[in-house]
Amino acid sequence: MQEFFFNISWLIPLFPFVAFFVIILFTQGNRKLSHSISIASMGISWLIGWGVAFSAFTTAHLEEHPIHFHIDWFPIGSTWFQIGTWIDPLSAIMLFMVPFVCLMIFIYAVGYMGYGTDEVDPNYSRFFAYISLFAAGMLGLVVSENLLSLFISWEIMGLCSYLLIGFWIDKNYPDPDQITPREAGLKAFLVTKIGDLFLLLGILYLHSQTGSLSYDVVFSHGVLQTLAENMVTLPLLGTWSAASLIALLIFGGVVGKSAQFPLHVWLPDAMEGPTPVSALIHAATMVSAGVFLVVRIFPLLNIVVEMEHHNPAMGFIAFIGAFTAFFSSTIAVAQDDIKGVLAYSTISQLGYMIAALGVGAYVAGAFHLITHAFFKALLFLGSGSVIIGCHHEQDMMEMGGLREKMPITFWTFVAGGFALSGFPIITAGFWSKDEILAHAWHEFLHEGVVSWPFFVWLLLTLAAFLTAFYTGRQIWLTFLGKPRGHHAEHAHETPFSMTVPLMMLAFFALTLGFVGIPEEIVGHGNNWFHGFIGHEYPATPLSVPVMLLSALLAVGGLFLSWLVYGRKPLAHGEMDPLERGMQKIKLGWLYVAMRQKFYFDEIYQATFVQGSIKLADIFYQIDYFWVIEPIVRFVAKISRLLSKGTGIFDTIFIDKLVNMIGRVGVIFSDFLGVVDNKVLDGIVNSTGRGGVLLSFFSGLTDNKVIDGIVNRIAEVTGWIGVKILRPIQTGKVQNYLLVVLVTILALLGLYLVY
Amino acid sequence: MNFPVLSAITFIPLLGSLIVFFLPKDKKNWIRWTSTILSLVPLGLSLYIYAIVRENPGEMQFQEVYSWIPSANIYYRMGVDGLSAIMLVLTALLSTLCYYYSIYTIEKRVKEYYFLFLLLQVGMSGVFVSLDFIFFYVFWEIGLVPMYLLIGVWGGKNRIYASIKFFLYTLTGSVAMLLAIIAVYLTTGTFNILEAAAAQPFAENFAMAAAAFWAFFIAFAIKVPVFPFHTWLPDAHTEAPTTGSVILAGVLLKLGAYGLIRIVLPLFPKPFAFYSYNVPIIPILAVISIVYGALVCMAQWDLKRLIAYSSVSHMGYVTLGISAAVAGSALNGGEDAVSSAILALNGASLQLFTHGIITGGLFFLVGMIYDRAHTRMLKDYGGLGNKVPYYYGIMMVTGFASLGLPGLAGFWSEFFVFRGTFGVLPVFAMIGVVGIVFTAAYILWKIIQHIFLGEFDQDKWDEATHHAELTDMATFEKVTMWPLVILMVLVGLYPTVVVGLLNGVSTVLLSN
Repeated sequence: MQEFFFNISWLIPLFPFVAFFVIILFTQGNRKLSHSISIASMGISWLIGWGVAFSAFTTAHLEEHPIHFHIDWFPIGSTWFQIGTWIDPLSAIMLFMVPFVCLMIFIYAVGYMGYGTDEVDPNYSRFFAYISLFAAGMLGLVVSENLLSLFISWEIMGLCSYLLIGFWIDKNYPDPDQITPREAGLKAFLVTKIGDLFLLLGILYLHSQTGSLSYDVVFSHGVLQTLAENMVTLPLLGTWSAASLIALLIFGGVVGKSAQFPLHVWLPDAMEGPTPVSALIHAATMVSAGVFLVVRIFPLLNIVVEMEHHNPAMGFIAFIGAFTAFFSSTIAVAQDDIKGVLAYSTISQLGYMIAALGVGAYVAGAFHLITHAFFKALLFLGSGSVIIGCHHEQDMMEMGGLREKMPITFWTFVAGGFALSGFPIITAGFWSKDEILAHAWHEFLHEGVVSWPFFVWLLLTLAAFLTAFYTGRQIWLTFLGKPRGHHAEHAHETPFSMTVPLMMLAFFALTLGFVGIPEEIVGHGNNWFHGFIGHEYPATPLSVPVMLLSALLAVGGLFLSWLVYGRKPLAHGEMDPLERGMQKIKLGWLYVAMRQKFYFDEIYQATFVQGSIKLADIFYQIDYFWVIEPIVRFVAKISRLLSKGTGIFDTIFIDKLVNMIGRVGVIFSDFLGVVDNKVLDGIVNSTGRGGVLLSFFSGLTDNKVIDGIVNRIAEVTGWIGVKILRPIQTGKVQNYLLVVLVTILALLGLYLVY
Repeated sequence: MNFPVLSAITFIPLLGSLIVFFLPKDKKNWIRWTSTILSLVPLGLSLYIYAIVRENPGEMQFQEVYSWIPSANIYYRMGVDGLSAIMLVLTALLSTLCYYYSIYTIEKRVKEYYFLFLLLQVGMSGVFVSLDFIFFYVFWEIGLVPMYLLIGVWGGKNRIYASIKFFLYTLTGSVAMLLAIIAVYLTTGTFNILEAAAAQPFAENFAMAAAAFWAFFIAFAIKVPVFPFHTWLPDAHTEAPTTGSVILAGVLLKLGAYGLIRIVLPLFPKPFAFYSYNVPIIPILAVISIVYGALVCMAQWDLKRLIAYSSVSHMGYVTLGISAAVAGSALNGGEDAVSSAILALNGASLQLFTHGIITGGLFFLVGMIYDRAHTRMLKDYGGLGNKVPYYYGIMMVTGFASLGLPGLAGFWSEFFVFRGTFGVLPVFAMIGVVGIVFTAAYILWKIIQHIFLGEFDQDKWDEATHHAELTDMATFEKVTMWPLVILMVLVGLYPTVVVGLLNGVSTVLLSN
């Protein structure tokens, strides 16, 4: 059975991929058939995926001997580049998570996109085609055996995120400053594309160094060692090993895809897409692809640690992650849009994972990746349920009191929110987040207070508190108190197709953490997750103070937010108590800055976006008006002047040329011959680009029309003589030929001299 | 004697043009359909050649040699290897699509139009199979005149200016090439391209070699076009009729690059490598073409002109790949440098094919929307996505292929070029990749966003297009686009269908 599943693992991405083509080409007109194809193909992928995952869970020594299938793809000289699948513990746990979450989201989307109601989306079928392709991209990325097919899947997801964020292509808002879906899609594509350039360069570099991109080769110990020993000195940046440079370049792609500072700006706007998309992008697929990639290339980082005991590249990665985690959680505190809060919390949680990998916590990073996928998908789908329940209201200040009206959504949302906050013991988020904090703490003890692990730990700890606070704020504002708006007043629970996925996801959001409880608690050998995925890497030692602290921060943050928002619910139109409080201590500006996302959009717009557009305009001016074209014309003019009075060349060269062209012309006019009524009619009837018909439209006078026709006839009869021969005879060609003749002479001279 | 397949491919269009010549000109449909159906023969034969050549793509096959002008040692000499085979398929396919598309779109001077177009196909096919310099040159020139007339007669408002500019620019290049051919003949005593390459003209004399190299290079660079010889292109493309632009971008630009690979690379490896590596003028020009070309695209508001400039940028990849290949094969870097060189050349020659189908497709699409709206200004459009969903979908695929989205054809040529270049000239690869972002920006922001996204505004449309009727793609338009779209996806998923042939050629060319 194991053998069987491993053998068909290549089918996992294929099913949704085929579904995409079938829907887009054949079934767009039939909504029911489209979503059936989409969900069925995803269901099959899920079954095979779990088959493969559970086969992998029960295969001994999978980490040392991954299951590897490959076939020839394209030739390079005398060798072939391979494509295939690669099942190791990392891809196995991803296959546990991705297809399941995708399937839940697909089912949920049936309800969300309004199937069977009056509000059904006009492009309903196309939506299912796109999300199928999206899932295919993610699954392809997970099972890839090399970085090139990973990159292709990665970019296919980029395409899908563009298509899906901008799914409502004609949506406009009354406020012209508010970003529209189409602009958000474009922004997501271009911003992540900047990161992808680095990823591409990293892949090019790796391939030019090793001649391969297959994990089998590039992560083999010998190749890693060569890469780590190959030192490169860069101007301004000092000396680095090739391994670190490649890892950092690839990390550039992760910064884009996983929305790390400073390329985080696209992700919050990605909320413009339909909510199942937000869940797909922010939980199961695209953003976790970035973290997955760092886990994938972790050997490149680790080899430098093994050989030199420290790796500045990892310090950089850890710092980016930790800073992102902290910085975006401060923004999340001040957002009023229910999905906006979740967007920034996603950026922040991804920062956690990146920071974890940066401090060397391989297992913890992967663990948090999996648990986060479940509870974040749950939260997004929950918020989508709220939005549908409240008739597309997204402002939390207009909500409130939804606990009784939407009980399933409420309780599942609480489960997801508590997991996100890291509520102790009973949520998955607690165990994975605690492990990251413990690892950072461990590194910090190891390195001392004035070292980067200290700052990483500090930032992550502060972020943990803020996370609990803003999550609490979101839950209390949305569900407690009395409805503050009429949409919330008339809210209703959503259909089963939406609430069932919520309940399924909630189950995992609470329990999944139990597979990775530290050995110090559950006994030696019982930390299943660590044993399965990372027994090559040392386990994070349990640190009781850290665990107590993180429990305290989670509970404290939730409690504090309850004191502020839950105990005395806001009234309609009341100012956010946090803003009021900050204004009191003269920090109102900071709150505004937080709510405005620290003005990154404005700054980028003014610099990079406007800068490129300006640059493009300047280059075009240079090209066609200022430099290049004028030079060409100048050269033409000079040669024309030169040739004046050089009639002799006419007799030698030009005559022959003119005769030749003339002969063509004569042949032509012979058989085109006379202008007859047919030509005339043809012209009048012509719907082409002739100006005649256009002048009819623009209502010019008869005279002009007739003139136009007459001119046209003149042109037709004279086109060879007037338009072709005359310019040639008036010297333009001579001049060129003159230049040519001079060149011939020069060349002959050169030949004779040598 | 075997059936002369190459002569058939080359001269059946000539036969076609003769038939058209003798058909009465009011029998428009006869002319149209005869040309279209007849053009299926070279297409079929090209596919047959493709199938045979792919077994052993590095070798010159189907050779035909006849004495032509014995006194001057000039031969009628034809042959194909993998690269020629791919280019023949591209030429025949795009020509057939153009004949077919023109059935429904050309009303003016149908007879002359088809006569010239068939003649043009003779010239293009001939260049790709010639193995004799004079023969090559003759075909090169044969292609020039019909295109000049196609722009000058069936073109847009400024067609006369554009056509003369095109003619003079290309003529300048032609004459430079003729000189270089004569120089090569004087030193090697042969017009046979393969023999001349084996003889290595001016191998001992760098100054002469460099002079002849530059003469060839400029001739081909004008055609490619390489910055700064590109300013004929936006005018010619913009003014040409739809099919003229398709052939111009799809095949004529490739003639220049093909010449670089077939003639300049094997004949002048030393100066080519010198100006690619030691004094890297050529990669500098290539990278300028890529990045600058992409930025200039971003500044365009005329759809057709935008796509014209995009050719400058995309053909820059070709130049970059060729120069990296030459530099890599000249370096004594062992296996790594050779495999980088092969990759770069695979990428460059693949780009000839992928750019041909993609940009050919884009020009068809521009023609289709222009025939409806009679405007090329992007600002006149908006919100067409939900109005003409079929057209929107086809444009999306083609546009994404053009911006090099992985999974579609354009990605592979870019990837191979950059990978090959990275192994030899890493700095140029690093600068060149920046073009990718700008390309994405002008395709998505300029074309897709301005034409398709947003709310459709009927009043604006009526005003801009004088109440033109907005219909989705007609059947003949779908038939024209589908072969190209299928190729984009097919090559995108399994590049070996093309690269398999090109790889053999690159290996042979760079093994010396």
